[in-house]
Amino acid sequence: MARREIGLRLNGSNRRIEVEDQVLLIDLVRSLGLVGTKLSCDTQVCGACTVLLDGRPVSSCTTLAIEADGRAVETIEGLADAGAPGRAPKLHPLQQAFIDRFAFQCGYCTPGMIMAAKALLDERPHPDAAAIQHWMEGNICRCTGYQTIVEAVLDAADRSRRLP
Amino acid sequence: MADAVSLRQRYGEDAAIYAGGTELLLAMKLGIARWPHLIDIKPIDQLRRVAATKDLLRIGATVTHWELERDPVVAKALPALARLEANVANIRVRAAGTLAGNLAFAEPHADPPALLVALGARVVLESAAGSRTLLVGEFITGMYQTALGPGELIVAIEIPLPARDVRMAYVKFKVLERPSLAVAAVATIRDGRFVGAPSVVIGAVDEVPRAVPTADFASADVRDPRTAEALAEAARAAVDPSDDLAGSADYKRHLVGVFVQRALGSLIAGAA
Ligand SMILES: Cc1cc2nc3c(=O)[nH]c(=O)nc-3n(C[C@H](O)[C@H](O)[C@H](O)COP(=O)(O)OP(=O)(O)OC[C@H]3O[C@@H](n4cnc5c(N)ncnc54)[C@H](O)[C@@H]3O)c2cc1C
Repeated sequence: MARREIGLRLNGSNRRIEVEDQVLLIDLVRSLGLVGTKLSCDTQVCGACTVLLDGRPVSSCTTLAIEADGRAVETIEGLADAGAPGRAPKLHPLQQAFIDRFAFQCGYCTPGMIMAAKALLDERPHPDAAAIQHWMEGNICRCTGYQTIVEAVLDAADRSRRLP
Repeated sequence: MADAVSLRQRYGEDAAIYAGGTELLLAMKLGIARWPHLIDIKPIDQLRRVAATKDLLRIGATVTHWELERDPVVAKALPALARLEANVANIRVRAAGTLAGNLAFAEPHADPPALLVALGARVVLESAAGSRTLLVGEFITGMYQTALGPGELIVAIEIPLPARDVRMAYVKFKVLERPSLAVAAVATIRDGRFVGAPSVVIGAVDEVPRAVPTADFASADVRDPRTAEALAEAARAAVDPSDDLAGSADYKRHLVGVFVQRALGSLIAGAA
């Protein structure tokens, strides 16, 4: 198998990494310690492995790592602000809203849920519940029954509206 | 583009065209398919374009469902396609998957083929020998089977744009990830009657999209319940469903009738 060097912007930092052609994006990010991205169905049905590639949500389980060459990859680890030294990181409004609204139980689907929701809010900062449901249709949660997830996304949109 | 064509020529069956990879990579991961080489066509600029003239919409081979859902040219020229695209699969598959890849894979449980056949759309194929154009209905020849030659690739999909007063409906039924049944209907309705015969195509039920014979419906009164029932009956007779995970053959045949009536209702209600 051929190896090649790719250059990508991973959660805001430029990286050069050597990868084999057949390596999947999920395996690349997890091998770099970004294990928030989860493998589940492995067939693009469940959304647990959702990451953003140039802002668009993709299933990292079915995306070749070489697709990231020259592009920006965002994973759940990139959302919180590092904060001042010695201080706790400040969570992204979506992360905080998921906590406040009890929008997860086991948490396995949550990174994918939040990344999908981030892509939505980046494109449409103030979606209604129906738009959220349509957008998140392909992200499966077996614990929550979805209602709290929709509420969390609505809440996060609302919080961003109130930001200065 | 020339490189892609010559690589295709050089490797033949040893290489697959690689676009969004939403089907190809799944098949490769499952071990159903193995290719020593993939030819990535996404870097080819000219395949990324969407353009419309007064009577033709041309969609390049690497344009994704996501892009079609948002493209202002599509929204203006063919809003029915934009709506269909917004409901294909899920956001991630839409973000990566292309319309051309969808047609080339020829998975029967797909959305676009029914509407494209109803509109008389064509695929433009290119190989070292030159280019040729086939109707989508001729291109898809069976389950996972197409008329694509070993040296060919799809470069574009061309959709003739109907006159302004033509109405379109696309309705589907889905229990699993992909549609179990789809109905596309294209017709002109004036003074409560069809002008000419409507075009009605059933997707996802048979191995290929099935056009319903509708010659008898030219000038039919669209609100007459007998029209709806006769159209549903013609559609039920046109399909040859089999029992599978999406339901029994009888159930699917029944649903075809129900959804043809819904499509008719939507044509009547819809603006031109
Ligand atoms: C979970 C899931 C749900 C889905 N749901 C739906 C749904 O609801 N409705 C629906 O319609 N579809 C659905 N699909 C299918 C999806 O639309 C198609 O997978 C996608 O559009 C295929 O395009 P691609 O670019 O990813 O093709 P690829 O995976 O890159 O290629 C698919 C096949 O086409 C060939 N190919 C690709 N481009 C060309 C070309 N230009 N010329 C010649 N050959 C080419 C490849 O060699 C390969 O054999 C679903 C898929 C998944 C995984």
